[in-house]
Amino acid sequence: MSAPPRRRGALAAFLRHPGAVIGLVILLAVVAAAILAPILYPTSPWRMVQRPFMPPFTLDRFPLGTDALGRDIAAGLMHGAGVSLLVGLVSTLAALVIGVPLGALAGYFGGRVDDGLMRFTELFQTVPSFALAIVLVAILQPSLSSLILAIALVSWPPVTRLVRGEVLSLRSREYVQAAVVTGQTTFTILRREILPNTLSPIVVLASLMVATAILLESSLSFLGLGDPNRMSWGFMVGAGRTAIRQAWWISTFPGLVILLTVLALNLIGEGLNDALNPRLSRGDR
Amino acid sequence: MIGFVAGRVGKGIVVLLAIVVLNFFLIRLAPGDPALVMAGEAGAGDELFVAQLREKFGLDQPLPNQLALYVRNIASLDLGYSVRQQMPVATLIADRLPATLLLTGSAFAISLVLGVTLGALAARRAGRAADTAITGLALLFYATPLFWVSLMAIIVFSVRLEWLPSFGFESVGAGHAGLARAADIAHHLILPAMTLGLFFMAVYVRMTRASMLEVAGQDFVKTARAKGLGDRTIQRRHVLRNALLPVVTLAGLQAGTLVGGAILTETVFAWPGIGRLMYEALLQRDYNLLLGVFVVSSAMVLVFNLVTDVLYRVVDPRIEAAR
Repeated sequence: MSAPPRRRGALAAFLRHPGAVIGLVILLAVVAAAILAPILYPTSPWRMVQRPFMPPFTLDRFPLGTDALGRDIAAGLMHGAGVSLLVGLVSTLAALVIGVPLGALAGYFGGRVDDGLMRFTELFQTVPSFALAIVLVAILQPSLSSLILAIALVSWPPVTRLVRGEVLSLRSREYVQAAVVTGQTTFTILRREILPNTLSPIVVLASLMVATAILLESSLSFLGLGDPNRMSWGFMVGAGRTAIRQAWWISTFPGLVILLTVLALNLIGEGLNDALNPRLSRGDR
Repeated sequence: MIGFVAGRVGKGIVVLLAIVVLNFFLIRLAPGDPALVMAGEAGAGDELFVAQLREKFGLDQPLPNQLALYVRNIASLDLGYSVRQQMPVATLIADRLPATLLLTGSAFAISLVLGVTLGALAARRAGRAADTAITGLALLFYATPLFWVSLMAIIVFSVRLEWLPSFGFESVGAGHAGLARAADIAHHLILPAMTLGLFFMAVYVRMTRASMLEVAGQDFVKTARAKGLGDRTIQRRHVLRNALLPVVTLAGLQAGTLVGGAILTETVFAWPGIGRLMYEALLQRDYNLLLGVFVVSSAMVLVFNLVTDVLYRVVDPRIEAAR
């Protein structure tokens, strides 16, 4: 199929979406913060740099004030950006690695394979995912890798369901039948003929999954299950919780940053959806 | 109908069994000796004591026997003992369950009523200012971290305005009884239930709006319009009724997320439910209690799914014909 012109059209459609552009700008700012953090704030964000409970906008060097232990909140926000993006991205990739093959197998083979795999998927969809994530991180001990593993393990079922549906509808197409007749292996057919055509809905879903993963990571860190060596936004909100009456700013700023990042990813997801699945998006407006 | 319910209960039991098996292996993944974990004791104890525990939990037997024993214990509602809290896990959970049911139930009702109302309103004004405002608000709530909005609500409504209490289930030592007590609990319930409901409200707004716009384009709506029915009647009786079906399906699927959200809300507002209990278990690294809450919350979701499945069949008899 003539991919390049359609792609260009998709990019134009994406950029015409005002929300998507705003989302992209916010996301780029977060990425910039993550990259610049070690340069602008080379000292550890855990270090006490000023008197505790300093309100924001008092000193130019510490624009967002300090927390209960005199740590610079602006520095924490910058360093936390990397953790949120890393966990969001890697756990989503891991969820795709689990979800795409399972969905492809279920959709391609149908019958008993499909039944078995879908039962398995349903099990993971029924279990309260946040509770399972808590249990997993608590048992594996909080660290960056256990956070990523736990988030991936609770996020893959929607991928499987999506890919299964797409593959189910594609496998009876003539070009797939032609590939079967020419004796290509199942693996080749799935990889070369079917999966490339499921890419756009997967991209849309993945962008929304990164948003959910960032929310999950911050919720786990808020409960004290974050990596103890990494400053994260959720941890900062949690640390300010007990002093919420005296020092509103400690919890407010990190939460606001989480909100903006998640919002940006959702806007980008909507823009991608309109750009890549034009028929679908027209249906809901 | 009875056959259908029995089938669903059977399926639910199979899922629950799978969760219990998962739990069994999770306990073995926990740091430290499984015997100590099950006894709710984190540090290493005296060797004789550990040997006794092993025998008590059957840990000196082969793995399949251990699993069978564990499943049998859970089936008889024995979730083990929490040494930290000096109480059986099942009792601890049973004490906390009503508060969670009250909170999640209220949040569910609030989110569904507000979400469907706002979603229907947005669909009617599609493309106009009211629609933009409502969908924008829904997107905002959808992206807001639950624990953060709870804290912000405390700052605004408890600390600044002093309208609502910021934590707890009821006023301690107030000695209210009867209606006064109910009013006091309701007063404490407003903030947690509203903040927990906001995220789900956003979900229902988006779903109701999309679903109503889809139904509005269908032929039977055109027929109704051609018959000369008023716009209000068409929206309410033809569009909304049919648009609600996917919303009900979605509501059933949200049960797990609602329970997960309750963990955060209860933690922030010190609401004495099983979510708060889970947080306490987490702080004390009381793995046995943690896994007990996990099993019970999974069971809660299963029961909720079962109820929505049955309700769905009552609401829409076509489902029966389709199977």
